Amino acid sequence: MVAQSKVLAFAKPRIAPDGAPPLMEAKNITKILGGKLILDDISLSLNKGEFKVLIGPSGSGKSTLLQCVHFLTIPDKGDVFLEGRSALGMGHKNISAFRQEIGMIFQDFNLFDHLTAKDNVSIALRKVKKWPKDKALAKAMEELDKVGLAEKADLYPAQLSGGQKQRVSIARAMAMEPKLMLLDEPTSALDPELIGEVLNVIANLAKGGMTMLMVTHQIGFARHLIHEIDFMENGRIIERGDPESLFADGSSRTAVFCSKLTELTGNQ
Amino acid sequence: MDTWEFYSQKLIPALNQGLWLSVLIIVPSAVLGVTIGVLVGAGRAAGPHWLKRLLDAYVAIFRGTPLVVQLTMWYYGLPGVSRFLGSILGPLGFPEFTWRFLVFSPYAASVVAFTLCSGAYQSEYIRGAILSIRKGQFQAAKSLGFSNSQTFWTITAPVAIRRALHGCGNEIIYLIKYSSLALIVTIQELTGKSNALASFYFRPLECYLLTALYYLALVTLATFFLRWLEKRLHVPGMDQAKAG
Repeated sequence: MVAQSKVLAFAKPRIAPDGAPPLMEAKNITKILGGKLILDDISLSLNKGEFKVLIGPSGSGKSTLLQCVHFLTIPDKGDVFLEGRSALGMGHKNISAFRQEIGMIFQDFNLFDHLTAKDNVSIALRKVKKWPKDKALAKAMEELDKVGLAEKADLYPAQLSGGQKQRVSIARAMAMEPKLMLLDEPTSALDPELIGEVLNVIANLAKGGMTMLMVTHQIGFARHLIHEIDFMENGRIIERGDPESLFADGSSRTAVFCSKLTELTGNQ
Repeated sequence: MDTWEFYSQKLIPALNQGLWLSVLIIVPSAVLGVTIGVLVGAGRAAGPHWLKRLLDAYVAIFRGTPLVVQLTMWYYGLPGVSRFLGSILGPLGFPEFTWRFLVFSPYAASVVAFTLCSGAYQSEYIRGAILSIRKGQFQAAKSLGFSNSQTFWTITAPVAIRRALHGCGNEIIYLIKYSSLALIVTIQELTGKSNALASFYFRPLECYLLTALYYLALVTLATFFLRWLEKRLHVPGMDQAKAG
């Protein structure tokens, strides 16, 4: 099997320096939707501070995999471990406690339309973490400041540009101080000239040591920040490796896929 | 009796009394109607299957039959059921309230009838508003760790109420006018009073015209209140329900 040998050729298991277990470990995730096998026995792990990127053709199951890692969608088989604690083991009642520790950035932002930017960021602190209002708002302002939007705190989502909305949604996720961030094509709904501001924020998170798993086709922007690229096709990870080795071999599925993207868009 | 005297001594004092009774019927029916509408609407939009079926049946019955018929059933029909129950339960030694509670006063019958009818219509507006909320909003809430009830109170309800406000306000305005049906269960509210005066003094034109003005004033007041509420709840970009 060609695909299998590729996986082995590029696999470079990263072990945390102190030999600790991975921050997040997804084991044997299988998901069937509408009678179709979307995720076929996928395993994936991230160490603390690692930045991994998932790429692959549309329909390959990337978004579903993120949803399963977050337990927004419950996998049909398999389990996710966060710092060794099993999501399945938390039970139905406590699953929201598991989700709190993971932040998710959506393709179409999903800000709460009826709340201002600062309320969008503070609402979960107040309702879920039961912080007092002033403490939550202070934290919200701090997070909005980090994404450069402190002066937009009182505006509603409809009054913000796409790039600003996505930065607010990053602030909203970061305010919960998640251990892991999942980013689902965070720039694909944006106008080309707005992509940069969002990628900058993401690059800053990576430099700050945030553990991240991102679905994207924008690989060029921070190739040096990415520790590993996983290439997905038909519900499986068929290639896995660090960017340098994947792109050094011009015949790797990843390199071919990305060169096609470059031909189409002329950037990266 | 000259015209001025008729107005100031007879018609206006009588209509004012009727107005007070009308308000006593309208306000609780509107408040309870909206409450039922929110609960039933939420149940129909997001409840378990059996609850949806049950609430759908409620709406089908109360939206599908004339309000006059419903009101008559509550007031004139239920005492028959009560007598029947009494004839069974009485000999078995049950206390009297176990069947007497079905005999409603005219006021109770009106409020119950208007509340249940209004609630059925309100639930349609609320249900539509809840179904129009984008799925991503719920996903975002879930991903931040909101429980189902936290999501309902912080996301679903505030958005649905804003989206449903126009429809719900419209229904309250209907309610103001169909409260006049209370006259068929012998309540001397605004229309009932007007009816009695018109036939006693044989001056229908003046009586009904002035009554119409009273209703117009009530509706105008309600419209102002609803406008104020709309402004208070206004959020930029949420004027139109966005689909998709």
